[in-house]
Amino acid sequence: MKKFINDVENVENEMLEGIVLAHPEYVTRLPGFDVLVRTDKKVGKVAIVSGGGSGHEPAHGGFVGKGMLDGAVPGAIFTSPTPDQVFEAIKAVDAGKGVLLVVKNYTGDIMNFEMAAELAEAEGIKVANVVTNDDVAVEDSLYTTGRRGVAGTILVHKIAGAKAETGASIEEVHATAEKVIANVRTMGVALKPCTVPAAGKPGFELSDEEMELGIGIHGEPGTERKPIQKADEIVNYLMDRILKDMKPVAGDEVAVMINGAGATPPMELYILNRRVQQILAEKGVKVFKTFVGDFMTSIDMAGASITLLKLDAELKELLLAEADTIAFKM
Amino acid sequence: MATKAEVLDFIRIYGDKMAEHRQELTDFDQAIGDGDHGINMNRGFKAVSEKLPTLGDKNIDDILKAVGMTLVSTVGGASGPLYGTAFMKAGTVLKGKEELSDQDVISAFEEGVGGIKFRGKAVQGEKTILDSMIPAIDAIKKSISEGNSMTVALEAGEKAAWEGVEYTKTIIATKGRASYLGERSIGHQDPGATSMAYLFQAAKEAAKKSGK
Ligand SMILES: Nc1ncnc2c1ncn2[C@@H]1O[C@H](COP(=O)(O)OP(=O)(O)OP(=O)(O)O)[C@@H](O)[C@H]1O
Ligand SMILES: [Mg+2]
Repeated sequence: MKKFINDVENVENEMLEGIVLAHPEYVTRLPGFDVLVRTDKKVGKVAIVSGGGSGHEPAHGGFVGKGMLDGAVPGAIFTSPTPDQVFEAIKAVDAGKGVLLVVKNYTGDIMNFEMAAELAEAEGIKVANVVTNDDVAVEDSLYTTGRRGVAGTILVHKIAGAKAETGASIEEVHATAEKVIANVRTMGVALKPCTVPAAGKPGFELSDEEMELGIGIHGEPGTERKPIQKADEIVNYLMDRILKDMKPVAGDEVAVMINGAGATPPMELYILNRRVQQILAEKGVKVFKTFVGDFMTSIDMAGASITLLKLDAELKELLLAEADTIAFKM
Repeated sequence: MATKAEVLDFIRIYGDKMAEHRQELTDFDQAIGDGDHGINMNRGFKAVSEKLPTLGDKNIDDILKAVGMTLVSTVGGASGPLYGTAFMKAGTVLKGKEELSDQDVISAFEEGVGGIKFRGKAVQGEKTILDSMIPAIDAIKKSISEGNSMTVALEAGEKAAWEGVEYTKTIIATKGRASYLGERSIGHQDPGATSMAYLFQAAKEAAKKSGK
């Protein structure tokens, strides 16, 4: 393992210190907690809190700010934050209109956020939650815990955040977030695994000739291993899976997000995007807006995911609404 | 009878085991999860061991509740709420106790497993903590009902727990992160079931040490 770290036990903490030192105008750390909140706390709106393990930077702290999140709770690397941390975030951001928790569909995240919501409700804070599950690689059946929440979660932050900024009620913000979740789909691929500092070695082995399809965002193995192919062929495969699930028809409008896993250069992400746009054009699906970059990473994994979000008039307007955060500006 | 000293000893021994097997549990979790189970459990029990010296004058129920709260606020992941709830629930049935009868020990285990079922909404056979915990508790109950001492019963419990761990190798995970692997989870033992088997091993060792 070769990394810029001082102490494997202190990676999360030192990263948070570095973030706050870099961007004090955007984020403030709650003293004594691993929680980042908006520096300019806005009143009179529903507050939105998200989180999950660390290791997904810029998620989630990078999306705290105007038009997106009010608080982010980064747990230990790839480990859900504990209920007391989430509870602290909820208390800090609540401005009287309630708090929406955006949770990714993982057993740990769900249980920890659920316990935090119980604590907050006991103190009279109105809490609602949504669970993102955009990953089409995982079968949504009785035999799994359901699809995982992956990069599509960022678009939930963006759109629910914009809705909250309009002064909408918690019920309305919740409904809009649910609409995004119902219409967003993602699938990812890894070329090289990632190394959790405390584990000291990669999460799985992958030879130079192989790729891991259906990868999650925590360095866990994917659903299928195949010989590496050309970029266009990989995109064909991922898009096939996404489109089969989403079933868009000619004339539909979508947002596209090409997300890098942490160690894939923009050059390669743009090559992937090129083929994604070709496929959508062939199908007569109109691309309303495209995002290319690292939004939801897996430490130093080489890989990428493709996200499509089917849009209606409301989602289009909210997608373009102003956002000003460390890692996402509109 | 289990004394408060034995309960504290059990927690201490279990904490040592989580440190000792940190890498092993992490390796099991790397195979079918995200490779953090040993790290999570060790982080939690390190915090517990720092807390233990302050708990010496508390009743057993408060000790277990404090351990549970510490786990909930330090472990994270799926195992934090699950182990944390189990210890807290076990505490709630032992209200005011300074000593535990065999029946108290059994009730504590049963409340604990009830807490895990409530929080995780899993049943036996889904490749989770429950697959070593439920058989272990069943074996302890059976052994006690046959007139054995708690030490003998805990020995039977530990054995059943490890059999449960072996059984997890043969089944597909349908709960937790490992469920994303589908068939690919077969052949691997469940990290959570393994850490739970060490809990029964720790309980057995604490009972044996006290020489009953
Ligand atoms: N619903 C459940 N009920 C009981 N046990 C569960 C459940 N879900 C997962 N587990 C247990 O949790 C273990 C994994 O714990 P671990 O500490 O690695 O958390 P995690 O799932 O990786 O959490 P996170 O996703 O937040 O990192 C599994 O091996 C399994 O035994
Ligand atoms: Mg894990």
